[in-house]
Amino acid sequence: MRLTLKIWRQANASAKGSMHTYEIDGISPEESFLEMLDELNEQLTAKGEDPVAFDSDCREGICGMCGLMISGQAHGPEVTTTCQLHMRSFNDGDTITVEPWRADAFPVVKDLVVDRSAFDRIIQSGGFISANTGSAPEAHSTPVPKPKADRAFDAATCIGCGACVAACPNASGMLFMGAKITHLGELPQGQAERGSRVRAMVATHDGEGFGGCTNIGECAAACPKEIPLDVISQLNNDLRNSGKYLR
Amino acid sequence: MAVTGVIFVLFVLAHMYGNLKLLSGQLAFDEYAHHLRVFGEPMLPKMGLLWIMRIVLLVSVVIHAYAAFTLWGRANNARSTRYAVHKMAQASLSSRFMRWGGVTILLFVIFHLIHFTIVKPNINADYTQAQIDASPYIMATASFKIWWVVLIYVLAMIALGMHINHGLWSATQTLGWANSPSARATAKGIALIVAALTVVGFLIPPLAVAFGLIAK
Repeated sequence: MRLTLKIWRQANASAKGSMHTYEIDGISPEESFLEMLDELNEQLTAKGEDPVAFDSDCREGICGMCGLMISGQAHGPEVTTTCQLHMRSFNDGDTITVEPWRADAFPVVKDLVVDRSAFDRIIQSGGFISANTGSAPEAHSTPVPKPKADRAFDAATCIGCGACVAACPNASGMLFMGAKITHLGELPQGQAERGSRVRAMVATHDGEGFGGCTNIGECAAACPKEIPLDVISQLNNDLRNSGKYLR
Repeated sequence: MAVTGVIFVLFVLAHMYGNLKLLSGQLAFDEYAHHLRVFGEPMLPKMGLLWIMRIVLLVSVVIHAYAAFTLWGRANNARSTRYAVHKMAQASLSSRFMRWGGVTILLFVIFHLIHFTIVKPNINADYTQAQIDASPYIMATASFKIWWVVLIYVLAMIALGMHINHGLWSATQTLGWANSPSARATAKGIALIVAALTVVGFLIPPLAVAFGLIAK
C-alpha cells in the first residue's frame, strides 16, 4: 500500500507545532497502524530525521496507552484501539491525517504524545474504595446480583485511553468518569464512598479544564471498549443523589 | 439547563394547545385569550396567572442561556487548538445545531413578542390597527396571510423542534433518568415524538391561514 501521511509534529510542550506530510510505500494491509508508523520512523531515522513520537505499550488493546486522532476519528475508523487498528481498514493511495488528542486538559508533550495525568488526578480524587488490602477475601462472602456485577464489569473495562475526551465536541471527560462511578457504584464495596466520590471526581474533572457534557454521544461511539452512554446518566444520578448517599 | 428546558417544553405544549383554538373560530380564540387574562380571578388579580408565567419563563430564559453560554465557553477553553480534520461518528443533526439553534430560537422569541404582545404592528394593509388591537384572532390571522411571516414561523418551529429533539433526551441524561440502554431508547423516542408534535401542532394554524382553510 502507498499512503500519504499528514502528521502533527511538535518538538516539545512549548513549541509551536504544524502538520508535516510524508509519503510511505510498501505497507502491508496486515500491518497494524502503529507498525506502519514504526516503518515510517525507521525511514526517518535512516535519513537522519527525528522520528515521530507516539505512545504505545501492550499493543494488545488492553493498556490504554496508545491513542491517535486518525483522519478525524479517535482510534481511526474501527471500534478498537489504535494498536489493534490494521491497515486493511484503509485503501491504497489514501491520505491519512494523524493528530494528537486535542484537549487543553491533555497537553501535548511531543508530536503525538499527550499528557493524560489529568485522568489519574480524577481517579486519585475519588475513583477508589478505601478497603484494607491484604489477602483476597472469599469471593462469595459479599454476594453481588448478576446484572449489577455485569454492569460493573462492563464499566470497569475502561482503559483510560482518553478517546472519549478526544472525540467529544466539548472535550469533556464525562464518559471516563461515568465508567468509574458506575463500576464502583454497582458494587457493595463502592457504597460507603458513593456520595463523596462523585462530588470529588466531578470537582477535579471541572478543575482540570475538561468541558461540560451536552450528551452528543461521540464519546461512546469512539470508545474502544464500547462503554455505553448510560454511565453518564448514572453519574448525573449519583451526583443528584449524592446528599442522600452522604447521610 | 435540564430543569429550565423541561419548563419550556411544558409551556410550549400549553401554548400549542391554545394556538389550535384558532381552528375553532374567532369567538373561541378571543374568548380563550380573554380567559387567560382573567384566569383565577378573584383569587388572582387580573393578568395574575399570565404574569406568574411570564416571570417563571423570564427567570428560566436567563438561567437556561447562562448555563448554555457557560458550557459553550467551557468547550472553547477545553479545546483551544482545534483538529485539522474532525469527523463526527454519530452525532444527530439536532445535537449539532443546539447552540446556534438556541440563539435562533432566542431571536425568534424576541421577534414573536414584539409581533404579538409588546408592539403588535399592523403588517397587513387589508386590516386596521384598531381591528388588530380588538381581536387576537384578527391579529394572528392577518399576519399569517403574509407569506414571509409564515416562512419565519415555519423556520423557527423547525429550529424549535430540533432543539427539543436533542434537548429533551439530553435533559433525561442530565437528570439521571437514562441509566440503561432501554431507558435511553425510550427517552430518545419520547423526545422525538414531543418534537414532532410541537412542530406539527404549531404549524397547523399558520399554514391553515396561509392556504386559506380558515379565516378566509
